[in-house]
Amino acid sequence: MKKLLAPLDNAVGLAVLATVLIAVGTAMTFFYAPVDVDGLNQKIFYFHVPIALTAYATFGWGAWKALVHLWKKKPGADLESYVAIHQGTIFGALTLITGSIWAKLRWGHWWLWGEKELVLFLIIFLFYCTYFMLRYSIEAGPRRANISAVYALFGVILIPISFLAIRLATNYIHPVAFTKQGPQMAGSQFATFMVCLAAMWTLAGALYRLELLGKRLDLKIRELRELVL
Amino acid sequence: MSAAAGMSGRRGRGGLVGYLGDVATLAGKDLRIEWRARDTFPAMALFVLSTMTIFHFALPSGSSDRAAQGMLWVAILFTALLGLTRTYAPEREQGMFDGLLLSPVDRSAIWLAKVLATLVFLAAVEVVALLAFWLFFAHVGGAMIAAVVLADIGLCAVGALVAAMATASRSRELILPLLLLPLSVPVVVGAVGASVDTGTGKYLAFLALYDAIFSLIAWGTFEYVVAE
Amino acid sequence: MADTASLPLVRAQGLSKRYGDKRVLSKLSFSLQSGGFLLVTGPNGAGKSTLLRLCAGLEGPTAGELEVGVERDELGYLGHEPLLYRELTALENLELFAKLYRVPERRDRIHELLERFGMWGERDNRISTYSRGMIQRVALCRVLLHEPRLLILDEPYTALDAAGCELLDAVLAERRGNHTFLVSTHDPARIEHLASDRLAFAEGAAT
Repeated sequence: MKKLLAPLDNAVGLAVLATVLIAVGTAMTFFYAPVDVDGLNQKIFYFHVPIALTAYATFGWGAWKALVHLWKKKPGADLESYVAIHQGTIFGALTLITGSIWAKLRWGHWWLWGEKELVLFLIIFLFYCTYFMLRYSIEAGPRRANISAVYALFGVILIPISFLAIRLATNYIHPVAFTKQGPQMAGSQFATFMVCLAAMWTLAGALYRLELLGKRLDLKIRELRELVL
Repeated sequence: MSAAAGMSGRRGRGGLVGYLGDVATLAGKDLRIEWRARDTFPAMALFVLSTMTIFHFALPSGSSDRAAQGMLWVAILFTALLGLTRTYAPEREQGMFDGLLLSPVDRSAIWLAKVLATLVFLAAVEVVALLAFWLFFAHVGGAMIAAVVLADIGLCAVGALVAAMATASRSRELILPLLLLPLSVPVVVGAVGASVDTGTGKYLAFLALYDAIFSLIAWGTFEYVVAE
Repeated sequence: MADTASLPLVRAQGLSKRYGDKRVLSKLSFSLQSGGFLLVTGPNGAGKSTLLRLCAGLEGPTAGELEVGVERDELGYLGHEPLLYRELTALENLELFAKLYRVPERRDRIHELLERFGMWGERDNRISTYSRGMIQRVALCRVLLHEPRLLILDEPYTALDAAGCELLDAVLAERRGNHTFLVSTHDPARIEHLASDRLAFAEGAAT
């Protein structure tokens, strides 16, 4: 089992898996999933929602690593938290773009303040963009790692609180795909959705591993230079 | 391990009473410095009045009271921001963060004291702001005052933490609004909702929830923001 | 006290500190016994202040180990900044710190110290109206307020006039042996006779 899962811990293995899953997911979206009452424009749902869920997941992962840094003082956790949030911000930008396209196709406007998910992502996106401004305006060192970690923790609290706030503030017009009873989707739609979700998560995982690899290499090179000079 | 980790400094300090005593001592120090220097409060009061004057010209005739109430919250938020940029001014200018961190007080007491001192400034400014609002624009109700109190607690709790983050940053005054504004969106929703919508209770409850959650996490994490 | 006296109060092993790419301290090792007096000497920018800040717990080392066997309330640190609020008077500043450090009979203690350092007459004036030398005297009062076991003094003679220097000589001499000292200076002649250990910095490397 361990051998079987080994590629998941490896950037190249993940990248290959992500490519396959994205290809399968795209094919399923266009050839397998039935056309919904919304028409063809509903197809973007299979990309928009998985991308959004991936962004949440990476922000959550970043906050978890932040907690590990503060709590266990584990070296390297700060870098992992940073890379996760970096990926989250990229997926967050993609969520805003795909969401905006969906809004245009469905309601004829690029931006709708009544779209709760979009507004929520705008707030979160602004919040995490500031993460980078904050991080890069502090001298590298333990203090920067601590402050970045605390900020990342605030992020995962802000997400549900903002969600509540937006519910309070706006009318509810976002189409409901999931309810408490379970997915209101046909089996083929649900299968397509799950494949797309898996594709996005593996893609995020691959990018995370890859960036981490690069950043760690950077650090090693700097340490070596330190020894030589 | 580093020296900082080895020194807890919490021995025999009189438990909760001692803790609250430290908070009172530190907050009293901030109020005394402000009373002497009069740097922050007059600036905040003038700012909020100027902003409201601007709003008079920014709101065309026929604008509803509801629009004016929304504007009031913009004014309050920006005034709080102005005050928060000065929160750690005495510490920053004189390297006093070191002085406080060396002393055996619990670090979270430093945060709590700053929250209380900032709350006093903000409340004093809001007395001016609400009076002016009542004179210039519209009626001020009980729900609005309750919303002001609850929103202030949240803004100051989060503000005192992110202002400490900003002191570590090279960008300082520039970065504070960027840090605070996304975090204050829920506060604005709760406060404006309580002021203009029916069903005030749920908005006030939401503000109270925000205050409780963010105060708790700020209280718990402040120590990491100020020390290595 | 007998059992702790034999153990080092401050112990550093392979201590390094870097700011970005700049190396300030490199693989420094030393130990200071309880009751000892470590004199840290060297030119400007050699890393003396950084070492003292590390020992005070104001910063963490980049690498290596540093053990300081005192609680925060047993430590007195005098740095480049006086660590006094400029808008408060000498009395108010010392009152503030005496409360935070839980100094018993703080009024008498503050009176005694201000008297000793010749600042009692100035007690109700704000720090911002003082000269550099007067500020240094009040800063020394703040450091000694709670009679800390470990005194970390970074260039304590800075800005003091002749009378102030003699006063500090006497204050250090009478505490020598009862307290543990970690003192930096670029002019060691003045207090060399008090030192039990020495740490001399060249550029970034102590010998």
